[in-house]
Amino acid sequence: MSVAKLDLKAIGVRGVNAALHDLPKGSNETQWVIENPMGQHNIACGLDAPIEVTLSGHAGFYCGGMNKEATITVKGHSGVGTGENMMSGVIRVTGNASESAGATGHGGLLIIEGDASSRCGISMKGLDIVVGGSVGHMSAFMAQSGHLVVCGDAGDALGDSIYEAILFVRGKVASLGADCIEKEMRPKHLAKLTELLEAAGFDADPAEFRRYGSARKLYNFDIDNAY
Amino acid sequence: MCGIVGLYLKNTDLQPTLGALFEPMLVEMTDRGPDSAGFAIYRNQVDQDHTKFTLASDNPKQDWKALDADLEKALNCDVQISPVGDHAILITDGDAGQVQQWLAEQRPQIRIVGSGRSIEIFKQTGLPQDVADKFDLINAQGSHAIGHTRMATESAVTTEGSHPFATGLDLCLVHNGSLSNHNRLRRQLERNGITFQTENDTEVAAGFLTWKLRQGMSLTEALEAGREELDGFYTFCIGTADGFAVMRDPIACKHAVMAETDDWVAMATEYRAIAHLPGADTARIWEPEPDRIYIWGDVQ
Repeated sequence: MSVAKLDLKAIGVRGVNAALHDLPKGSNETQWVIENPMGQHNIACGLDAPIEVTLSGHAGFYCGGMNKEATITVKGHSGVGTGENMMSGVIRVTGNASESAGATGHGGLLIIEGDASSRCGISMKGLDIVVGGSVGHMSAFMAQSGHLVVCGDAGDALGDSIYEAILFVRGKVASLGADCIEKEMRPKHLAKLTELLEAAGFDADPAEFRRYGSARKLYNFDIDNAY
Repeated sequence: MCGIVGLYLKNTDLQPTLGALFEPMLVEMTDRGPDSAGFAIYRNQVDQDHTKFTLASDNPKQDWKALDADLEKALNCDVQISPVGDHAILITDGDAGQVQQWLAEQRPQIRIVGSGRSIEIFKQTGLPQDVADKFDLINAQGSHAIGHTRMATESAVTTEGSHPFATGLDLCLVHNGSLSNHNRLRRQLERNGITFQTENDTEVAAGFLTWKLRQGMSLTEALEAGREELDGFYTFCIGTADGFAVMRDPIACKHAVMAETDDWVAMATEYRAIAHLPGADTARIWEPEPDRIYIWGDVQ
């Protein structure tokens, strides 16, 4: 199967996105390479077909936002809000990602091979995120469902005001946010963690991870929760 | 909004091309700050017993030659003035304090925008590309530069309110963000002898650092003190004689990215400002952590 190339320098972000959006349903053109991404914003946003898109360089903000079905690979670093509000599909970043990766994501898999910065998985709603390195402060803030796997360390206030998302961290957690607690790793959690690590292609031992989640004390108004 | 950029050339062979590398960084940040732009270039260091001032005048017919002659006569010192756009570089072997006093008394309409041995600061309202052209940035050589594109939120769009702000000899500050306690701090600093030209919040941060450095603090100590006193959202980039420093507030919601190769270190609000630099594709790229001071070059 041939790989179609899109030169972002020549056709701009709108040109690249329009070419990917205009694909007819069931198109055979499923392999795409975006050349010269040059850190521009909103690359490969709003895709809704099972195609494979590779960025041969670093991406700017919101790369792969709202993604549905597509598999997007960023060969490098990606900026703020990578895969924000993605619905399904897979996004892989081979380098580091800036803050708010996977923000509000509803589904799919976001893989960051390097470090993610602060607020990774903020308000995630069903997305699975696997980070090869560490995540910054306020990660999984108000996370509602889905999984966040961190092979390295987590920064301050992990899982602050978390709902039902499940967090797995292998390294140190600088501090837990309000209402986030360590929880028992049961067999079904280990199985899910193993599945996610395999899907991401990371060779990490699931037994080394700890699980964190909601103490479920912030759900209802409780005067003891007022500061 | 606002955009900030910094470039420090580790490989001295690249110094003749500083402006050519740096100008696209500044211009790429136009979307973040189309009101005004400014930059500090570190170049042509003067001898130890000399001082280099960058002066700015709002009078397009400013007679720099007369100023040169009057200052030489008044202070009995050697003065060289080279106009650059509506700014001018003044190099003198006279006493820096006396020169400042003379300028304040004899040419009150002229602003000193920077001083030291190598720093030159240029800033102006208008699109970054126009500001860069006005001061011939593309042809600048030098060791490092920091710059700012401004979208004003806390004070008026004026040349005085543009960044960078000088904070001491060969030191200047650019800022992306906004400070919330700048009015109180300004009053406090004014009581301690720091003077301000504008209502700008960043000038207060610069004044704060100036005050702490005058008390004998190192740059690191001054920044640590700033972290305690300055309330707001900020990413700071501070140009120093030998490099630059970067600091983000503890919440770190004002964007920043850093990149490093064997040849250079760069920081910017967004990576796209760095993308064109040679070797950026394979550079080490990361987001600076909150509340942590990053310093390149020889500073305390």
